[in-house]
Amino acid sequence: MKNKIIVPNEKQISKRILKNKFAKGIFFAATLFGMVVLATLIIRILTQGIGYLNIDFLTNYASRRPEDAGIKAAIMGTIWVMSITIPVSLILGVSTSIYLEEYAPKNKFTRFIELNLANLAGVPSVVFGLLGLTMFVRFFQMGRSILAGGFTMALLILPVIVVASKEAIRSIPQEQYEAAYAMGATKWQIIRTVVIPAATPGILTGAILSLSRGVGETASLLMIGAMTFIAYVPDSVLDGFTVLPIQIFNWASRPQAEFQSVAAAGSIVLLLILIIMNSLAILIRNKYSKRY
Amino acid sequence: MEETVQHFKKRSPKRKQERFGKTISLVATIFIVSIVFSILFFVASRGLRTFTEHGVSAIDFFAGTAWRPGEVSDAGEPLVGAFPMIAGSFLVTIFSALLATPFALGAAIFMTEISPKTGKKYLQPVIELLVGIPSVVYGFIGLTVIVPFIRQIFGGTGFGVLAATLVLFVMILPTTTSMAVDTLNAVPRYYREASFAMGATRWQTIYKVVLRAASPGLLTAVIFGMARAFGEALAVQMVIGNAALVPDSLTTPASTLTSILTMNMGNTVLGTLENDVLWSLATILLFMSLFFNILTRWIGKKGAMK
Repeated sequence: MKNKIIVPNEKQISKRILKNKFAKGIFFAATLFGMVVLATLIIRILTQGIGYLNIDFLTNYASRRPEDAGIKAAIMGTIWVMSITIPVSLILGVSTSIYLEEYAPKNKFTRFIELNLANLAGVPSVVFGLLGLTMFVRFFQMGRSILAGGFTMALLILPVIVVASKEAIRSIPQEQYEAAYAMGATKWQIIRTVVIPAATPGILTGAILSLSRGVGETASLLMIGAMTFIAYVPDSVLDGFTVLPIQIFNWASRPQAEFQSVAAAGSIVLLLILIIMNSLAILIRNKYSKRY
Repeated sequence: MEETVQHFKKRSPKRKQERFGKTISLVATIFIVSIVFSILFFVASRGLRTFTEHGVSAIDFFAGTAWRPGEVSDAGEPLVGAFPMIAGSFLVTIFSALLATPFALGAAIFMTEISPKTGKKYLQPVIELLVGIPSVVYGFIGLTVIVPFIRQIFGGTGFGVLAATLVLFVMILPTTTSMAVDTLNAVPRYYREASFAMGATRWQTIYKVVLRAASPGLLTAVIFGMARAFGEALAVQMVIGNAALVPDSLTTPASTLTSILTMNMGNTVLGTLENDVLWSLATILLFMSLFFNILTRWIGKKGAMK
């Protein structure tokens, strides 16, 4: 232990202040860089795509001619896939989180399950695509259908939903449980009348955020064989499909410059959908974040 | 008395509900665990067929540089050297992490330490927005902005490791930043107060107190970004050029594990060598993602904030 007190002289202090200012400048520059990247990205997409963005673009099918190309099939495909993904992933995800938080004993097996969940969340989406291809498309004979796509997507976002729901359940204050137990409620009654209502905003936030990840997800659906040229609206879950990001991917990969602009227009629509979903999630989070 | 006993012996509907609830949630959990194992099993068992069924030696696979599945060399060995893809994946991951880390840490420090109000109110939503942008949009920007830019400056096609690195850099920047912000926010306020009370400047506080307390979490954030870069398929596939060659310069077409996987999976027939080697690539991918996961857990355990 050194007992000597070192009093810095003026020169040292002004050097420190200078360093401080310098560091501040650097950090500000780093932040600014991120903002500039975002701005360039958005401006670039807007200026390139805005010309193609009109009502026809939303109501036309994909076309060989860039000026006729539209995203109706892609948007309908996204909606169809999500209509499979949402119930499957929510039911499985929320049940799992309830089991892990409410029923599961805190032992090695539970920790093992949680480790598995974390691993699942880190698995690259291409690998989910492979799994979907072998399991749903080939093994269960679903073909390259909406059903297979929806299930694959559900698996992909499941770990995120479980983690978010667990967090939401864990943040319910202990007194709420104690009050319910004191009234003689069983565990299931508590889950139904206390846990689920209290955790719903948190679960919803997590669900919307992970669904927006699903809406933008391309690689896994590309692997299971979503098509890129579809000129009809699917009318059953066994039909082939395309989704918005795949359509954009397809247009972007074409050599003609016009299709690049169509891809930009598609990106604007995709980004708008995602911004709306994310704002909704943030809104729910902010509204309910300070309830207890 | 008899009545009371009967009452307790009877199975109440509540008990039934109780069992029902527990069963449902347990079934869902078992389902998820079985998914994890089926992924591991499917991928690894198919991936190992390259070595067991088709008799490719591990050295030829991991160190071989000729990737032409379906063709054989003069000696009759199949040309399935995966080294170009492995090298490509690691190169783009490491380069993009090296580029992104200083920017991400700088931005995170600015948002939490220097200007927390602006940070929370304006910058955080922007970062969250960036995290949510799908990879196809990043890939598109890469294709229409970064690739032509590189073509202009360095010549060549513009496709290659450099383009992929830049796209991944922009992609993982928000991910790493937002995780770093969370970590820095978790550093207790009194650490900073103690430091300021000793007369330290803000930079001294950041450098000597906050960054040190947060270093395990910051490392986790960086690894998380690397994991994302390693697993990213589409954006990379759009800009890297997809030539299965060992990259000898940053601006010549190359490929990564993921890009070759998405490109070729649909064109191969199940059970053939062409298909099984792709599964072997997927196995590498899967084990790398497990490795990143274990690494973050290990760091978390070692350096848990006291």
